Formats: sequence, C-alpha cells, structure tokens
Amino acid sequence: MRRVLIGLAVAFVGVFLLVPLANVFAQAMAKGWPAYQKSLGHPDTLASVRLTLLVSACCVPLNLVFGVIAAWAVAKFQFRGKALLITLIDLPFSVSPVVSGLIYVVMFGAQGVLGPWLDARDIQIIFAMPGIVLATLFVTFPFVARELIPLMEAQGSDAEQAALTLGASGWQTFRHVTLPSVKWGLLYGVILCNARAMGEFGAVSVVSGHISGVTETLPLRIEKLHQEYQAVGAFSAASLLAILALVTLGLKTWLERRQAIEHARGQNDSPSLP
Amino acid sequence: MATSRASALPGFGLTMGYTLAYLGLVVLLPLGALLIRVTSMTWADFGKVAFSDRALAAYRLTFGASFLAASLNAVLGTLLAWVLTRYRFPGRKFLDALVDFPFALPTAVAGLTLANLFSQNGWLGRFLVPLDIRLAYTTGGIVMALTFVSLPFVVRTLQPVLEDFEVELEEAAATLGAGRWRTFRSVVLPALLPALLTGFALAFARAVGEYGSVIFISTNKPYVSEITPQVIMGWLDQFEYASAMAVAVVMLAASFAILVTINLLERWASRFQR
Repeated sequence: MRRVLIGLAVAFVGVFLLVPLANVFAQAMAKGWPAYQKSLGHPDTLASVRLTLLVSACCVPLNLVFGVIAAWAVAKFQFRGKALLITLIDLPFSVSPVVSGLIYVVMFGAQGVLGPWLDARDIQIIFAMPGIVLATLFVTFPFVARELIPLMEAQGSDAEQAALTLGASGWQTFRHVTLPSVKWGLLYGVILCNARAMGEFGAVSVVSGHISGVTETLPLRIEKLHQEYQAVGAFSAASLLAILALVTLGLKTWLERRQAIEHARGQNDSPSLP
Repeated sequence: MATSRASALPGFGLTMGYTLAYLGLVVLLPLGALLIRVTSMTWADFGKVAFSDRALAAYRLTFGASFLAASLNAVLGTLLAWVLTRYRFPGRKFLDALVDFPFALPTAVAGLTLANLFSQNGWLGRFLVPLDIRLAYTTGGIVMALTFVSLPFVVRTLQPVLEDFEVELEEAAATLGAGRWRTFRSVVLPALLPALLTGFALAFARAVGEYGSVIFISTNKPYVSEITPQVIMGWLDQFEYASAMAVAVVMLAASFAILVTINLLERWASRFQR
C-alpha cells in the first residue's frame, strides 16, 4: 500500500511537474545551442528582458516598503476594523489578472476617468510603461504584507517595549529589534513578490499595447513569438522565466529551512528572556 | 484609536496613514472607479452584455473547467499531502519543494509547455493522441492547465492538518477491526473535510481567474472555448469598455462570493482543529 501510494505520488509529480519543466529546455535547445543563443540575442527579446527587470525593480521596493509599514500598523496595534483591513490588503489575490489590468484602463485609458485630463497634458499611462508598473504593483500588492503580518503578530511587542524603555527611539527599535527578527520572512515575501512581478501575464497584457521592443515584457514576448510560430524563440524566452522559477523555488526552500532553524532556536532561547 | 497594552509603541498614526493612503491609491480607487462606471449603465444594458450568450457560454466553461480542475486537485492533492506527511522516503524533501513549482512558474510558460507536451508530436501527446486522448487545443487541455496552476493549494492546506492528526485514532479504528479503506473513509476523511473543502475552494478561486496558461492551450473561439477573462479581453480589443466592465463586475462578484465561502470554511476548519 505504502509503496503504491509513494509510487503514484512520485509518478504524478514527475509527469505533471518535472516533464513540463524539462520540455521547456528541450524545446529551447531543439535546434541546438547556437539557435538558442541567437533567439535570446534578438533585440526585441533583449528589450523585453530589460523591461521586465525594470518593472520588477519599480514594483518590488514599493510593495516592500508598503508591506513593512502596513505590518507595523496592523500587527503591533489593536484597532477596530483590523480584520477588514487585512481582507482589503489580500484583495488583489482574489481579483482575476485580466480584471486587475482592466481597472487601470478604466482609470487612465483614453475613455477612462482621468483620460481626458491626462490626454490634455500629453501623459500616457496605458499602453506605456507606467501602466505596466501600476498593473504589476496591483497583482503583487499583498505579498510582503501578508508574509510579515502573521509573523510580527506572533512575536508580539514585548521586545520593542523593552527597547523603548531602555531609551531607544522608535526608528532604532524598529531597525535593531523588529527588523532582525523578521528578516527571513521579509526576504521570503520579496522573493515571491519578485517572481510574480517578473512573470505576470494577464494584467500586464491588458495595459501593455504589445509594442515589440517597447512595451513587451518577457511573458508577453513569449506569447508574441508563439503566435508567430517561432517555437525556439518562444521556448528560449520561456527558459529564462523557468530558470527564474527554479531560483525562486531554491531560495524559498532554503529560507523555509532557515526560518525553521531560527524558530527552533528561538523556542530554546525564550525561557531565558525576562 | 490605539488601545491597551500595545499603545506604548510609536508610529501608529504615521504607518496607518501611509497604509491607508497606499491601499486607497493602488487598490481601492481603481476598483471603485470600475464599480462607479458600471453603476452608470442601465440594468438593461448591463444584462444584455453580462448575460449575453457569449458571456454565458464563457461562464459555463470557466466554472465547469475550474470545478473539474479543483476536483482533480482534491483527489491528487490528498494523495500528495498524505504521502508527504505520512511516509519517509528518499527524495521526499525534493518532492515537497516541487509542489510549489506551479506557483513559481509564470503562467505563460506553463501554458506554452503544456500545449507543446500534449500536441501530436509532443512528449506526452505522441502516446496520448493515438489513444484518442487529445489535450492540446481542447476543453480537456483547459482543465489540464487549470489543474496545473492550482495544484499547490489542496496539498498546502491539508499538510498541516495531517501532521497534527492523531494517529492513535486510526490505530483505535484498526484495533476495532476496521480495514484500511474503512479507517480512511470513516475516521480520517471526516476530520480532513473542512481543510479539504478550503483547499478545493482556494484552487477553484485561482482557476476561475486564470488567464495566461489557458490562452496557450485553448483554441480561444467565442461560444466554444473562450473563458471569461478572454471575453473581457475581446471587448477591450474592440474598445467596448462598457461591455468589458460589465463582464468584469460579474467576475468580481463571483470572486467575492468565493472569498466569503473560503473565509467561512476556514473558520469552520479552525474550529475542528482546536
């Protein structure tokens, strides 16, 4: 029984998860290494890699700062409507990516709420980079906050109160007491946030305009190449994102192990705390 | 607003102000704009688009395929969670880490590689197509893609419950003469049910909103193989903003209903665990 179940689980994960992954690299290399290199060197593909990195470089820090600040406000204080606030922070997770993109078109598009105002000032948000950043900001909004809030709630505020009593300023308390105790959780949230920011498809697809070399992110580039029947090109671009997924998974597993170690150590230490 | 013991910490006003401002700007304002825009439509206009034949066909496909995918995940996810928590075998940690792979892999890559795998010349298609199992560019393929992207939910909700589960209960049942299957069905399954339903609902919610992976593996024909996010995309491509918004509001209402269900299920599940 035991062997059958383990065999079934391994076979299922192998066929359903490992084979698709291996297939990405196999198809990318289908015409050999030079063809792989050549398709990655295509100017439009390179431009899409640059744009994807740039969008992630805008979104991750903004949502990181928000996550830390929101976690402080939510986890360290008691106030009415806390549960509602947490639900609202989590809200972007339950909105379909395409709808996430659409709401920004409704705000900033030519027929949108602010459309005429923006048009008069020659500011373009939709079908340009700002729209892509905004849509990505929305879909990656909860990652850091939802990782930190339960962590900081569980740790309570005794250590912070002690630091304040000893004369530390609010910022010093945060910097030297709170931040070190949540650093692994913070990094965990950042890694997941980054993976989603670089891989987001639906929301970005709505606001991008799909201009090759200008507003095409790496996932959109894959779609374009696929539509043009350039299999090697599409899979080469996909291989970059598959590598991103593997790195994310590796870091995530490593961080979970770190957190577990730290947690075990923390439990051993706690009796000696005042 | 801050009360009781946590109030000695500084920075509540500042951090709460920033949290609400950022949440308002990035999430609530654009979502609100969509809802306000839609309320300016008449009921007749709204109904004509939101419940048009094309939209209804898409709802049927979206919810039907998502239901099938979530059901598949309920069975396979229970198997995976069971094997990962109950048995120790070489490669278990690797298998456990791999379960998160669909979360880390951008959906466009998942769709691209699955469509290729199941096509006539693909690694899996070359065995399946002669058996008349066609998964690329069919409804079955949509179910496959949705199962892939929502795979981790059931496993990750069941794992902690199975880890805490008292093996003594199963041993007692076995001592009283229950067979393996009887023990699983009458002792284990009822205790798992709340968590299993939560995982099912989470997987269902994810599948309903999914866009990226599906468009690669579907033929995307209106009335036949078009999922709801594609209907929104279709209206947007024709600059029919009002129609896109009407369908989007139906999707938002559906995700809201699922969100409420998940919250209720989680409350039920936590009552069982105590």
